[in-house]
Amino acid sequence: MAGPPHSAPGTHAWPGAAQARPVSAAETADLLRGTRGTVLPVGAGTKTGWAAPPASCDLVLHTGGLARVTEYLPGDLVVVAEAGVPLGSLRQLLAEHGQMLALDPPEAGATLGGIVSANASGPRRLRYGTVRDLLIGVTVVLADGTVARAGGKVVKNVAGYDLGKLYTGAHGALGVVVSTTWRLHPLPPARATVTLPVDDSEHAGRCAARLARSTLTPTAAELRWDGAGAGGELAVLFESTAASVRAQARDAVTLLGGGSTGEEPPRWFGRRPEGETVLRLAYAPSALPRVLDALDALPGGPARGTASACTGVAYAAVPPGTDLAALRAALAPYDGSAVVLGGPLTGAGSAPARTAAEHWGPTGDSFPLMTRVKDRFDPERRLSPGRLLGGL
Amino acid sequence: MTDARIDLLARRLRDRVGAAHVLTDPAQLRTYACDGLATVRVQPAVAVLAADRDAVVTTVRLCAEAGVPFVARGSGTGLSGGAVPVADGVLIVLSRLRRILAVEPDDARVEVEPGVVNLWVTREAAPHGQAYAPDPSSQQVCSIGGNVAENAGGAHCLKYGFTVNHVTGAEVVLPDGEVVHLGGTAPEHPGLDLLGAFVGSEGTLGVATRVTLRTVPAPETVRTLLLGYRTVEAAAGTVSDVIAAGIVPAAVEMMDALAIEAAEAAVRCGYPEGAAAVLVVELDGPAAEVAEQFAQVLRLAEARGAFETRVARDTAERDLIWKGRKSAFAAVGRISPAYYVQDGVIPRTRLPEILTEIGRLADGAGIRVANVFHAGDGNLHPLILFDDAVPGAEQAAEDLGFAILDLCVDAGGSITGEHGVGVEKKAKMARQFTADDLDTMHRLRCAFDPAGLANPGKLFPTPRLCGERPGVRTADDPGRDPALGEVF
Repeated sequence: MAGPPHSAPGTHAWPGAAQARPVSAAETADLLRGTRGTVLPVGAGTKTGWAAPPASCDLVLHTGGLARVTEYLPGDLVVVAEAGVPLGSLRQLLAEHGQMLALDPPEAGATLGGIVSANASGPRRLRYGTVRDLLIGVTVVLADGTVARAGGKVVKNVAGYDLGKLYTGAHGALGVVVSTTWRLHPLPPARATVTLPVDDSEHAGRCAARLARSTLTPTAAELRWDGAGAGGELAVLFESTAASVRAQARDAVTLLGGGSTGEEPPRWFGRRPEGETVLRLAYAPSALPRVLDALDALPGGPARGTASACTGVAYAAVPPGTDLAALRAALAPYDGSAVVLGGPLTGAGSAPARTAAEHWGPTGDSFPLMTRVKDRFDPERRLSPGRLLGGL
Repeated sequence: MTDARIDLLARRLRDRVGAAHVLTDPAQLRTYACDGLATVRVQPAVAVLAADRDAVVTTVRLCAEAGVPFVARGSGTGLSGGAVPVADGVLIVLSRLRRILAVEPDDARVEVEPGVVNLWVTREAAPHGQAYAPDPSSQQVCSIGGNVAENAGGAHCLKYGFTVNHVTGAEVVLPDGEVVHLGGTAPEHPGLDLLGAFVGSEGTLGVATRVTLRTVPAPETVRTLLLGYRTVEAAAGTVSDVIAAGIVPAAVEMMDALAIEAAEAAVRCGYPEGAAAVLVVELDGPAAEVAEQFAQVLRLAEARGAFETRVARDTAERDLIWKGRKSAFAAVGRISPAYYVQDGVIPRTRLPEILTEIGRLADGAGIRVANVFHAGDGNLHPLILFDDAVPGAEQAAEDLGFAILDLCVDAGGSITGEHGVGVEKKAKMARQFTADDLDTMHRLRCAFDPAGLANPGKLFPTPRLCGERPGVRTADDPGRDPALGEVF
């Protein structure tokens, strides 16, 4: 399949689709008003596989032209940046002022709009939360060309509905995110990492529980899981003043009953596991050992992965042919879910593309309400059709 | 709306939720005519004192069948009139739903009914070394249901975030009586984040009947500092210096001379005499970090000429410092017959200039304004003093409050940081947002509540109906029963 010249192969290639690259909210609005077909908004295309394949795509709308940092107020710890700005370049700008946007998804080149739309996060979610905790304002263009803002430029603001929450993780299905406003944090001056080998799932659970119940304030606690019998490694990251990270690392070693202290986290830290089928699992935080057991018990062989240990989120590369429905059933007692990350947008050869049910899992009792929300925001179902839970 | 329709609904409610829980006697209903915004009073036609979750579901269903609007009310401490009843509607009182359903320290979760008081959550979590972070000043009485509706904040949200950052799940009765479960115990769920949109929707999207809250570990160390300044600018400058130094305090609160005078008269908190402004700065976290940053804050404060730096040596001293701040609203009752509190937000760096401008507006209007604010996040609470015995004084106070909100919006801020829009500030929504912004918000309202029955007349500047076709809004309907859309 021949992709358009400026699309990375296999990421958002769609046969026969037109391509557009607006450079402003107004131009994005004109585009949507001026066409009637289905639209697939994409940023850098690093996470297009994180939602189900679209039911159709007449136009690929690239947000890379929306590339300006429009406002940066270091004294207010707030930045406004267009959707196509890569997180990496924003990070550099903020670092010059000793600040950061405390989001660390590992996908290289990822844009702010894509990170919002896919709700991507990384290890530091333990301390700073995720997109929903840091995004304080958003501008979207709706399917009918309406340009609408929600939130604002101040962190504390309860005026009106917080639509930023709604667009987070919506994969562009309610509107095209064109601008984002963020709460920033100071860059911590020092770091220390405590690593220790983890024997089995119970040991992992014990370490996570001790950390979660302690007064230590790690910014991340990542577990690398090598699968049944092989155990894994826990890396606890402290970022604060020099004296504090030293003291906390020392206390963590005592608390966890061992571990070695260094400055930088291990090389695997923050990376997604690699494999044909990678899942994002979410579950009640205390269920970590049960989730690891479920991964170990997969019929095709154990999964490898990483877990953000105290948060209730893990990423796993599962063996080919894994029965996702069975895995989801095993996670259900812990309010668990398993969502596919990755995979082609269209079927390859004779293989059909995965369905929304395969991708996301079962719908809950709020699905009719989600459908009504979709129908109000995009009544003609033009935006990212079929990409969301339940094929919305 | 006809009385017969309300009578029929009241009869059905008595049958289904029990006569003892259904009030229609005007004398009894008077108690529920207003919330913390006492200037707006509307007596509901019916009040249901729900005994349990099922009573809430039944009441909403019966209202939906009858096409009668309803308003949910928790403790009634809200300051924007979010729980003001609708005259021809039903008020659903949730204060009896006060069970703690689960305490799960290993998941850092507490599940509660909506009538549970904010402080009780921390009380439940404390034996496990945890706390519920959002701490509105009314935390001893305000309910979690109300906190969720208003996305309540508090002094410590500078570091810890707001209610929305601490709610992981909710059971919600939608305005048509359907019950849905949003979120849960896990940190995320496939599909749209409807929970995130529901929190802070001011009761216009449904009624939460169960809420799962996230608790946080109680910090190892808490240190509290009271700083006195000769000028407001020096105090505001210290706040900027602290932030610029890369410190995120748990709280930074500021009070001006008039607010200090009131607090002193009311609770004898011992704030420094002659101060033009005081700051309350609190740091919490690991001992080493707090010690280092605390010393830094002291140095920065002294560099800005703080003439008094008082460090709380124990819990009693800490409580006294906070007492002055937390009682400030009520305290102005000591220096004025009446007051009106506003809740605007500005970018923090513009604090000195906006305060000067507020002073100018107040002088121009001949009105005294005591300023209390969450300085760390630029959330202003001007307390506008007036004498309610003087004709027109209340209106003048309100006008000044609204002029201050205009300043906030023009500075790039917001008309509300934590009190909500309610009935009080709905007209100002059109100052902060465009018609397209508001139309887009209204789409969400229509998805949840196409009949417009849940807390109508709040949040949106003009009453409006949902279009027949999804996504299409009809024009405002002047023939609509005004009681459905407007409460004042």
